[in-house]
Amino acid sequence: MRVMAQIAMVMNLDKCIGCHTCSVTCKQAWTNRQGTEYVWFNNVETLPGQGYPRRWEDQEKWKGGWERTRSGKLRLRAGGRLKRLGQVFANPELPEIDDYYQPWTYEYKNLIDAPAGDDLPVARPVSSLTGEPVDKIEWGPNWDDNLGGAPENAPLDPIVEKIRDEVGEKIRFEFEQSFMFYLPRVCEHCLNPACVSSCPSGAMYKREEDGVVLVDQDRCRGWRMCVTGCPYKKVYFNHATGKAEKCTFCFPRIEVGLPTVCAETCVGRMRYLGVMLYDADKVAEAAAVEDEHDLYPSQLECFLDPNDPAVVAAARASGITHDWIEAARRSPVYDLIATYQVALPLHPEYRTMPMVWYVPPLSPVVEAVAASGHDGEDAGNLFGAIDALRIPVEYLAELLTAGDPYPVEAVLRRMAAMRAYMRRVNLGEEREESIASAVGLTGAEMEDLFRLLAIAKYEDRYVVPSAARADAEALAGSHPLDEACPVGEAGPVGPSTEVAPGRVLLNLSPTRRSA
Amino acid sequence: MDLLLWGVLPYVSIALLIAGTFWRARYDRFGWTTHSSQVHESRLLRIGSPLFHFGMLFVVLGHVVGLVIPQSWTDAVGVSDHTYHLLAVSTGAVAGVAAAAGIGILVFRRFKVPAVRRATLRSDHLMYTFLLGAMVLGLTATMLNSTGATGDYNYREGISIWFRSLFTFQPDYHLMGAAPLAFQLHILFGFTLFALIPYSRLVHMFSAPVQYLFRPYVVYRRRDPKLTANREDRRGWERVR
Ligand code: HEM
Ligand code: SF4
Ligand code: SF4
Repeated sequence: MRVMAQIAMVMNLDKCIGCHTCSVTCKQAWTNRQGTEYVWFNNVETLPGQGYPRRWEDQEKWKGGWERTRSGKLRLRAGGRLKRLGQVFANPELPEIDDYYQPWTYEYKNLIDAPAGDDLPVARPVSSLTGEPVDKIEWGPNWDDNLGGAPENAPLDPIVEKIRDEVGEKIRFEFEQSFMFYLPRVCEHCLNPACVSSCPSGAMYKREEDGVVLVDQDRCRGWRMCVTGCPYKKVYFNHATGKAEKCTFCFPRIEVGLPTVCAETCVGRMRYLGVMLYDADKVAEAAAVEDEHDLYPSQLECFLDPNDPAVVAAARASGITHDWIEAARRSPVYDLIATYQVALPLHPEYRTMPMVWYVPPLSPVVEAVAASGHDGEDAGNLFGAIDALRIPVEYLAELLTAGDPYPVEAVLRRMAAMRAYMRRVNLGEEREESIASAVGLTGAEMEDLFRLLAIAKYEDRYVVPSAARADAEALAGSHPLDEACPVGEAGPVGPSTEVAPGRVLLNLSPTRRSA
Repeated sequence: MDLLLWGVLPYVSIALLIAGTFWRARYDRFGWTTHSSQVHESRLLRIGSPLFHFGMLFVVLGHVVGLVIPQSWTDAVGVSDHTYHLLAVSTGAVAGVAAAAGIGILVFRRFKVPAVRRATLRSDHLMYTFLLGAMVLGLTATMLNSTGATGDYNYREGISIWFRSLFTFQPDYHLMGAAPLAFQLHILFGFTLFALIPYSRLVHMFSAPVQYLFRPYVVYRRRDPKLTANREDRRGWERVR
């Protein structure tokens, strides 16, 4: 057992309101520069829809991620090393700017500079790439937001295409009536990153301490093979600097114990950050299991229980500090992924072992039940609907479990049970233990899950240990604002509640369980 | 004049090449890239770039063979002058024409695709001038020479010997002075291009990623202690004691 630690994220899709705050704050922080106009480290897609870049899930075309060879080994889907070096002069699977969108701005100056006259001056759209006016803007970020243009766009969703063969035209009817949700996406900081593996220069790397996947800007030589390698299309090419860039998981914030910008600013409070311990020796094998349906369970088996003394001893032996092991014990992400098993990986069939997981949305089911005039909070009705509503379940399964509907059903049942159980509690009715036991949990666990998912306090959602306490303390000590920091004076804000006013403590992880 | 052009200039150019490469490696690794423009345009690049690069690799190989291997060696293994030239001209022509066609497409693309035109660097203009110049002059010189227009000039008895004499720091510059004009110009453009390599996108040729074939797929790295908060204070920024 070789224990490694990773900062991972879980997103609770039921609570995403599609406000795009995360995308905007991320862009303001990281990609508001020349050359990154079209770059969204964080983006929010409406599903069913084509996503960003368009139809990124179509790996027949983009050749991202890994494939299993007949001999049971993993090989990059785009081809072996020699083949890829041969294609370095022109990468046949590189998305072009039109697969994203032509970034544009407006001639704002014209509004001010235009001479006085009868006509109102206008600000024409101008392409940021060519500097020339754009007659008609035909695509942009979130062009198909909220199913805009769905009759045209949604059928092009690769998942819809795939399951349409099975369920026929019915899908169209059903999703237009009841089926839509948002999928916020960042880099998955995979355990078996295909981007790192396809970088000819070796400029990309996974950090040993926290698993963050980064591009060394000084070593990148612009071969742009990583863009193809990443099946999630989360490496972007900065056309101005000629270097690849990607989501950094806000490592400067993570290192001092702060959540990422997207998580910090999430309006729906649907993101969770925490430590996962995993067995690095198992990853290669787990990513290469034969049946795609086994990928979710096999990745689950790589994760280690931080409460197991043997794991703790092994973690210590691998040089993981006490702080990190403590954080792993309190990790909300571990609870959602492993303890309650309500979070699932995004497209495990790409075999990169992604580390941003998703709690599938129950709302399409609830809405369908409510729309049919029944009680959308009743456990029996919900269970029945989960069984009856094939389309959301199959769609979610293609998204989260390589097409296996059973884990998705199980998660939705657990969520439905929590809903029904907690309604009785909130109405002051008797606790109905049978609802909990029907999904293999106890009433107390239901309440803990409810606290985690529905109440979702800041300190419950983000348990981020500082990179090294020493680092953080040194930083705090050398902070120029030090005693006069305005944040400290504001009193009980966010995580720094128990801190004496006037002082900012950078290790921000009060205990959920101990709180 | 001959001394200046064929005895001094080559060394200046190589000195600039070495100094520039050192500067890039030491102070501007961030600028060391292909500056790929494929996100802007893929269709033409996918024809032009492989054509140019594979052609160019053989052209470079051909130059090495032609300039570095003395005629006496090929004579010794029994390759006659005639067969040698037949081989050199035929393979060289294929490679040269491929490279020329490729660069033709690439330059056309640079001018015609608006986003690519706007992404063209200042150094590109200079680099392309000399790259195109060297290639056109090289092809012209070879063509003139193999059609006999230069009066049966054998570069392996002239230019090659001069070229090798550069390595012993006793350049035989008279030999170059006697070479046909087309060759002289080709070599002038070539040496200027060498000097430009580290200062333009051409640096990418020094980082051909062959190590990719031998390293493990996933690269792990630890955080750089020099970048974290508990690093030593920088000079002049030490804390009050
Ligand atoms: C040694 C191996 C080499 C590799 C792996 C390599 C690779 C590349 C790559 C990936 C690009 C970017 C293409 C794009 O996406 O826009 C490029 C561009 C270019 N390379 Fe190379 N190259 C090599 C050697 C050379 C050599 C020897 C030369 C010239 C003597 C050269 C001249 C150029 C030029 C002029 C461009 C710009 C093409 C354009 O107009 O976009 N390369 N190279
Ligand atoms: S999701 Fe992130 S870590 Fe995974 S392959 Fe893509 S860029 Fe790499
Ligand atoms: S900020 Fe939160 S709620 Fe808003 S779109 Fe992003 S993930 Fe969804």
